[in-house]
Amino acid sequence: MASNNSIKKTLTVALALCIVCSVVVSTAAVVLQPTQQKNQELDRKSNILQVANLYEPGMDVDDAFDELITSRVIKLETGEYSDRFDPQSYDQFDAASDPATSRTLSGEEDSAGIGREEMYSTVYLVGDDPDDPEQIILPIRGQGLWGLMRGFFAIEGDGNTIIGLSYYDHSETPGLGGEVDNPRWKSKWKGKEIYAEDGMNPDISLVKGGADGEYEVDALSGATLTSRGVTNMLHFWLSESGFGPYLARFHGNSEGA
Amino acid sequence: MAAESVKDVVLSPVFKNNPIALQVLGICSALAVTNSMSVSLVMGLAVIAVTAFSNLFVSLIRQHIPSSIRIIVQMTIIASLVIVVDQVLKAYAYEMSKQLSVFVGLIITNCIVMGRAEAYAMQNGPVMSFLDGIGNGLGYAVILLIVGFFRELFGSGSVFGFTVLTPVQDGGWYVPNGLMLLPPSAFFVIGLIIWVLRSIRTEQVEKTEYRIVANSKAKIKESV
Repeated sequence: MASNNSIKKTLTVALALCIVCSVVVSTAAVVLQPTQQKNQELDRKSNILQVANLYEPGMDVDDAFDELITSRVIKLETGEYSDRFDPQSYDQFDAASDPATSRTLSGEEDSAGIGREEMYSTVYLVGDDPDDPEQIILPIRGQGLWGLMRGFFAIEGDGNTIIGLSYYDHSETPGLGGEVDNPRWKSKWKGKEIYAEDGMNPDISLVKGGADGEYEVDALSGATLTSRGVTNMLHFWLSESGFGPYLARFHGNSEGA
Repeated sequence: MAAESVKDVVLSPVFKNNPIALQVLGICSALAVTNSMSVSLVMGLAVIAVTAFSNLFVSLIRQHIPSSIRIIVQMTIIASLVIVVDQVLKAYAYEMSKQLSVFVGLIITNCIVMGRAEAYAMQNGPVMSFLDGIGNGLGYAVILLIVGFFRELFGSGSVFGFTVLTPVQDGGWYVPNGLMLLPPSAFFVIGLIIWVLRSIRTEQVEKTEYRIVANSKAKIKESV
């Protein structure tokens, strides 16, 4: 047993253990990765369906998604549909970190705190006509209190009336900021409106103590910074820097005006 | 030690020598993940797997572990196993792993796992160590499930997600106790479990380590 404590033996054991453990861990990670990605994809899809109020428990998410939702890529600057990327494979988070497909946001403009914004974004549409959809679902993201919050924002075909907001990835404090997942809070968004007047300046905000009117939603109690993050993120993505130009195309469509 | 039977090794940690109730180890995760039974169950299974396999591997190489780095060696084995468990959960129980979030990773810091590796697996053969791991994991899981049962029942009126007491917001009569959904309530439940266990098995009651002496009286000065 004494030989166990020699320097040579100690180093050999340490090295061997490290190699064995790293092989085990990396094998597990690599082998399970496809399944995990599939799960994440499924989770994202079911989130899109949920925010659009199309989700029913027990449904086949993949099939329902293919049937009900059309994915399109738009150019954010002009708000036009673009065929430059395949919506099935386009990953806007990758695009946002690639200098060729994104731009740096400077202090004032970057209210969502995301640093870089992609030039093209995916949008999800419910309905047959991409120029007169029933619902528009926008991917949004921005800083909360502890980190990036990523979610979806569903709007009626008039580009103004809100259907819902849902986050699928965030790290807010459970019970406080984590209440962004609370169905009762999420249901408060339905029927609210984004723009008070024509243009691209969103008026929708979270307010403390009794939201009143069409452009206000109750803030989360005990989660001032998360609520601020949500407001900032919406203001960014619904303004001219985000989906403003795209949504402006629908103002005056069907519902609303 | 050598004469321990398989049954003893597996079952004694469940009630006789429970890691949570008697040794009061692994309390942190017991507070955090017990607000519903299904989450408790998955967490319990994860801990059983990690404790059993870390005991097995530590025991297999116990003759070769230099005592100067034995804690690090145990830690490395445990950490690797926890990562594997986390990856498996992400692949096959995605919803659950989202709910458990950081607490699967925190199994690494669960004193039960490390404690069994150091106290048992370093001195015993692989098979017995493996069973000891299962036993201790089971002891942990049982307490988690009991706590989870009471918290879910009184906090949301359901058991394993099935509604038992219809809460008022769904038109029933039961007013859910919000405290039960918060981690501190697990303190009360665990405390009560320990009380019940020690009332039944009085040998678990610890000896008083010291007795508080009655307050001494201040001397009254007579010549002022």
